[in-house]
Amino acid sequence: MENRPLEYDYTVAKMFMVTTIVLGIVGMGIGVFIAFELAFPELNTVFGAGLAEYTNFSRLRPLHTDAVAFGFTLSGIFATWYYVGQRVLKVSMAESKFLMFIGKLQFWLYVIGVAAVVVSLFMGITTSKEYAEFEWPIDIAIVVVWVLWGISIFGLIGIRREKSLYISIWYYIATFLGVAMLYLFNNMEIPTMLATSPAGETGIGAWYHSISMYAGTNDALVQWWYGHNAVAFVFTVPIIAMIYYFLPKESGQAIYSYKLSLLSFWGLMFVYLWAGGHHLLYSTVPDWMQTMGSIFSVILILPSWGSAINMLLTMKGEWQQVAASPLIKFMVLASTFYMFSTLEGPIQAIKSVNAIAHFTDWIVGHVHDGTLGWVGFMIIAALYHMAPRVFKRELYSKSLMAAQFWIQTLGIVLYFTSMWIAGITQGMMWRAHDEFGNLAYSFMDTVDVLHPYYTLRGIGGLLYLIGFLMFAYNIYKTMSARPVEESELQNASPMGA
Amino acid sequence: MSINEFAAYGYFFLIVFLVVVTYSYIYHLYKNRKDSSGVDYENYSNMALKDDISDTPVKPISKREEK
Repeated sequence: MENRPLEYDYTVAKMFMVTTIVLGIVGMGIGVFIAFELAFPELNTVFGAGLAEYTNFSRLRPLHTDAVAFGFTLSGIFATWYYVGQRVLKVSMAESKFLMFIGKLQFWLYVIGVAAVVVSLFMGITTSKEYAEFEWPIDIAIVVVWVLWGISIFGLIGIRREKSLYISIWYYIATFLGVAMLYLFNNMEIPTMLATSPAGETGIGAWYHSISMYAGTNDALVQWWYGHNAVAFVFTVPIIAMIYYFLPKESGQAIYSYKLSLLSFWGLMFVYLWAGGHHLLYSTVPDWMQTMGSIFSVILILPSWGSAINMLLTMKGEWQQVAASPLIKFMVLASTFYMFSTLEGPIQAIKSVNAIAHFTDWIVGHVHDGTLGWVGFMIIAALYHMAPRVFKRELYSKSLMAAQFWIQTLGIVLYFTSMWIAGITQGMMWRAHDEFGNLAYSFMDTVDVLHPYYTLRGIGGLLYLIGFLMFAYNIYKTMSARPVEESELQNASPMGA
Repeated sequence: MSINEFAAYGYFFLIVFLVVVTYSYIYHLYKNRKDSSGVDYENYSNMALKDDISDTPVKPISKREEK
């Protein structure tokens, strides 16, 4: 064993690849189901009235959002970290038994945390804060998982051979620090068992139940500072980390401008944290804060497009690769969707636009062209690039991958176009009134009009899910059915027919 | 000066300070091809492109390990 040359050790990366795929299927599957529930309400009780508690939209919706954000996406972030981190720091996990132990511990605690989240949310146990529904015992477990990840990051950096930190590492560090700060502050909560009511009762409520330390408008502000920056530090920052590594690597092209990547990094860090106020336009938060949220959202276009343009220009003179490789197609479309949703978001954050867009399906559409187009595609591409290297096998099927790309792209287009139309229709109908100020439409009128778009959205989501199942199958067959690659893989990933 | 007023002034000057730092950094990047250790910024892309464990680091952690 001593005489074997040193190799990167992908054990932990492989473990997280499995949870990425499994939790992706779970989260997207629930998403498709609840999309159809909105179009066909009878699905809420499809498994019988007795089970309706577990199958209705409101019980399943947080399971969908948390499974895709903190299951699929976080697993993808961890999997790529345990792959990219070693490679750009030029140090193997095999060199440190301690870091290997921490990595595995992080994985298994994460799996236990996910199980606790799934069970508690199915049971209806929730703090009722969006994307922060977990009660305090689970919060503590999540903090432990996060600290372990931090030890992994800084431990690996500590034993590195490459002195400089590649731009992706900056983004992974920012993810770690950003989420740590956001999560701690938004989840400041007091278990009700420690409280005493004015009447003198103690030990109120279940042992796991807690309430937020903040009240009213303050709670809303902290919640959306968290909520929006969860988008920043889970759906944006680590995904940029991935594309800055995987696109140059797969295409063999150096980043178009490394300097621009540094500049956009600091730009993004500087601006993103102020934009959360746009979730609270026309609410009880101070007017200046709403305006600040709008302005910073618009400024956010600059650093976002800085990264996205940098990625597209990396392919300069190499566009034949986009035509030839479905793997590169995923990444180029991901950065295109990144540009698209980082333009759409600021537009929605402008106060006059928000007057129509707020609370409508257009917002849901916006989230999904970011998550399906940018986050989903980039994680899929990253795993496709990693698979031949971690399993030392050629990818199972290029044509299956190409078919998946087109099916999922069609799914995304159906999703966001239907939600645009639905959202703007909804917004206009809610506002319409006659000359005396009487509302022109009832809520049910809007529901009738939106039905076809909800159906289309469900079909779009279903196509994306079908594509994801093809991805899972392709990776599974790569693991099990392809010949072993002997030579070290450089750039383009080898693919079977 | 009340604590709120103090916080407001502090906040304002912090923002001005951060803006100055950010723009100085932008200017620095615009002006210089190499960073303070003499490495061309664009060479750092090779940290990803040449990332086999046996590849030579762009900037090794110490001279000793370079050999």
